[in-house]
Amino acid sequence: MLTCKEVTHRLSEGQDRQLTMAERMHIRIHLAMCKGCTQYEKQIQFIRKACKGLFDTRGSR
Amino acid sequence: MKGSETRPAFVEVQLTELRRDMLRFASLQLRDEHLADDVVQEAMAAALVGEKSFSGGSAMKTWVFAILKNKIVDAIRQRSRTINVSSFSAEEQSMDERFEALFKANAHWAPGSRPNDWGNPEQALHGQQFMTIFEACLKHLPANTARVFMMREFLELDTTEVCSELSITTSNCNVILHRARNGLRHCLEKNWFAAGEQTC
Repeated sequence: MLTCKEVTHRLSEGQDRQLTMAERMHIRIHLAMCKGCTQYEKQIQFIRKACKGLFDTRGSR
Repeated sequence: MKGSETRPAFVEVQLTELRRDMLRFASLQLRDEHLADDVVQEAMAAALVGEKSFSGGSAMKTWVFAILKNKIVDAIRQRSRTINVSSFSAEEQSMDERFEALFKANAHWAPGSRPNDWGNPEQALHGQQFMTIFEACLKHLPANTARVFMMREFLELDTTEVCSELSITTSNCNVILHRARNGLRHCLEKNWFAAGEQTC
């Protein structure tokens, strides 16, 4: 089983590369049982959105 | 329909705003005001030569920022031999210690350290106040950590490109990106989400 600390590393890597099927499966199983890591995932996804929003260079089209 | 003749005052304001955004963007990434200034100047010049008629608007901004990003990558590439990105400062050390302290000995979240529910944080993205705090959090990251993170998130390079530009290993790159995200998470939690300022 993955520990929470390991999950944070994999979730971060998931922002930068395609995780393997096995990695994704282990993470999903962990997240189903772990509120903390579920929130961690949402938070780092939000941080990426905040980066995109900061300079808003994409325009609306 | 707008008239086709340009309005100098309007365009002037747009250019000033655009230049100010570009400077903020370049300074955040390069952490060197003079270099940022040079890079913005170059990007502006290249953009104005490339674009026959300056029409302003979001398409212009996208186009100029694309040029700016390339100029920043060039500037980083030129300096990559003189900066050692893998050097590990006391700040980075303390970030790692703070992260480790979130966990129990078995590497699961310690009570009270579990990441909180941020609710619908997307609402905050429309607020100037949140963006000011977020930008301050980025500035607060140690220089090397910020450089790698911003190359990934703002210059939108993939990790392979970041690694090769900075001559660091993929695993080092992953460690640095993870550290940056944890630092930003901590900073936002402390200064925004726990500060009771989300008044939407």
